[in-house]
Amino acid sequence: MKQVGSMPLRVQSWRARLILALLLIWLLALLGRAAYLQGWNNEFLRQKGDARYSRVIEISATRGMITDRWGEPLAISTPVESVCAIADEVEVAPAMRSRLAQALGMDEKELRQKLAKRQGFVYLKRQLPPEVAAGVMSLKIPGVFLQREYRRYYPAGEVLAHVLGFTGADDIGQEGVELAYQDWLVGTPGSKRVIKDNHGDIIEDVESIRAPHLGRDLELSIDRKIQYLAYRELKTAVEQNRAKAGSIVVLDAKTGEVLAMANQPSYNPNNRIDLTGSKTRNRAITDLYEPGSTMKPFAVGTALEIGLVTPDTVIQTAPGTLQIGPATIHDAEKEGALTVTQVIQKSSNVGVSKIILQVKPEVYWNYLRAAGFGSTPGLNFPGEATGKLRPYKTWRPIEQATMAFGHGLSVSLLQMARAYMAFTNNGEIKPVTLVKNRASVPGKQVFSAEVANEVKSMLEKVVLPGGTALRAQVPSYRVAGKTGTAHKVDPNGGYSKDKYIASFIGFAPASNPRLIVAVMVDEPSAGQYYGGQVAAPVFSRVMGSALRMLGVPPDAPVNNVMLPADGAEEVPESL
Amino acid sequence: MFRLNLALFAILLGCALGGVSAQHEARQKFGQLQDEQMRAKRLDEEWGRLQLEQSTWAMHSRIEQIAVKYLHMQVPTPDRIQMVAPDERVRAASATGVGR
Repeated sequence: MKQVGSMPLRVQSWRARLILALLLIWLLALLGRAAYLQGWNNEFLRQKGDARYSRVIEISATRGMITDRWGEPLAISTPVESVCAIADEVEVAPAMRSRLAQALGMDEKELRQKLAKRQGFVYLKRQLPPEVAAGVMSLKIPGVFLQREYRRYYPAGEVLAHVLGFTGADDIGQEGVELAYQDWLVGTPGSKRVIKDNHGDIIEDVESIRAPHLGRDLELSIDRKIQYLAYRELKTAVEQNRAKAGSIVVLDAKTGEVLAMANQPSYNPNNRIDLTGSKTRNRAITDLYEPGSTMKPFAVGTALEIGLVTPDTVIQTAPGTLQIGPATIHDAEKEGALTVTQVIQKSSNVGVSKIILQVKPEVYWNYLRAAGFGSTPGLNFPGEATGKLRPYKTWRPIEQATMAFGHGLSVSLLQMARAYMAFTNNGEIKPVTLVKNRASVPGKQVFSAEVANEVKSMLEKVVLPGGTALRAQVPSYRVAGKTGTAHKVDPNGGYSKDKYIASFIGFAPASNPRLIVAVMVDEPSAGQYYGGQVAAPVFSRVMGSALRMLGVPPDAPVNNVMLPADGAEEVPESL
Repeated sequence: MFRLNLALFAILLGCALGGVSAQHEARQKFGQLQDEQMRAKRLDEEWGRLQLEQSTWAMHSRIEQIAVKYLHMQVPTPDRIQMVAPDERVRAASATGVGR
């Protein structure tokens, strides 16, 4: 600074120092503020900066696929697009609106109503295939946008509806396997923080906030082909017999895997309008019934096991009735003296009652428990029924006798099928499962191998002439099984006179069983109601086709077809 | 001294430019990775759809219906099936099998 004048200079130099001091203070204040913002209190600015370019985005995770034992898909989640709109942002000319309606495949009037609501967000159409959605978007209507959702499809439809169940909103299983294996199947979406550039493209992953957890695939033990066969035959039988309902279970006779399980009535899981509980119930697992004569092999097995009888011990069943206290047990036919084998073959109530009345209740109860009656089959399936087996201390003799031919206790069809594994697997019952590739679990030895094989031979006689189920025969395979025909329990007490449950549980090939098929038809009302007439033909058709499909070598002479002639009559079964 | 400074400055400049280009390349590569991941996801979804489509077309009931209706096929009755024993083991089994 140069001094030019004399008088004003003194004043100027004083002012200059003041200005200089002020400027210095100002500078220091700025420096202090800068140091404060960047040094001590830097969080705020960093957040502001991050907010300009970093975003948290969601990483979607789909629900796992369910497949059958050969990897055929049974339930798949696929992305679908929902077309949404912010109604008050949509400005369309009528011509454009009709094109939009056309692209959406909906009525123009309906579309106009939806857009006329003027209350912000509306779904124009939910869950469209991506191609259709892309067509809609190509119209480039402002305010119309897509929202991605996942929809679960069940390609097998009603055939497997009860086993698979379905999912509701937000991928939560509601029924069946979808519910039972929810934790395994479900995918939890993750999220991560990313840096986006001004085009909105992600240019850097900053951190993973939550790793996405993909839903795992689930391989069921179900064989889709056998399942279809079982379903088709069951449906035909239920229709032909004008029955109320029906169930069928196919088990692997050695491993306890469920190969097929179907029920009637069924529903289409891909289109679930007017669903009722009676349609969605997996009756084979959740519904209880009185099994009738299919229980007899367990009474006879118990007696054989404790050495009370041999297959050739003769039991006098004449005169076809047995008085126990005030009650009387009847046989359908008066048979006279029968061997134990014939008692099973002809399904004599009197015979089996006479045998079981010599067994202590506690012993019989223990064998029934071991065979799985009165306890859940262990599928972990929602609504799995336990069945009713009363404690032996409360049994009266008449009850012990009726239980031997399957009354006074209740079972699910799956429990019955599972229990028959005792006869197909050398006396050992393996736990049943719906999932494939399970580690081999130890089973439970119910009967000794000898007794199991003795009962197996008796059951083979049931389908031979003189037995109750000629229609259960399968060409070129040896078959064994037992019919059951039971009066239904009347809700008002006692038994209904004209309502029956017809069932057949059997296995083949008898020389080395591969499959157990259990069929149950509820209230057949087209005239026939015996298990041998209603359920056995279903068994025969399903078993025959399934064995051929699995390539099981025939164990009976292949050139000697012995189907009963049309007029052939079975021995009527005792009720 | 000046020459050394000049050399260091040149190296510094080189490093800085290298840093910039490395960052640029990283972003480009990351962008490609993103694209490929998107593509993988899209293909995965398409695969799911195709599986669904295949199993819908191959529904047993549909195949059966076509076979019966249009191709006039039928399931052979047991008396029209001739079993051929594939090997010794099976023949032995059928020979010893209990006749019915």
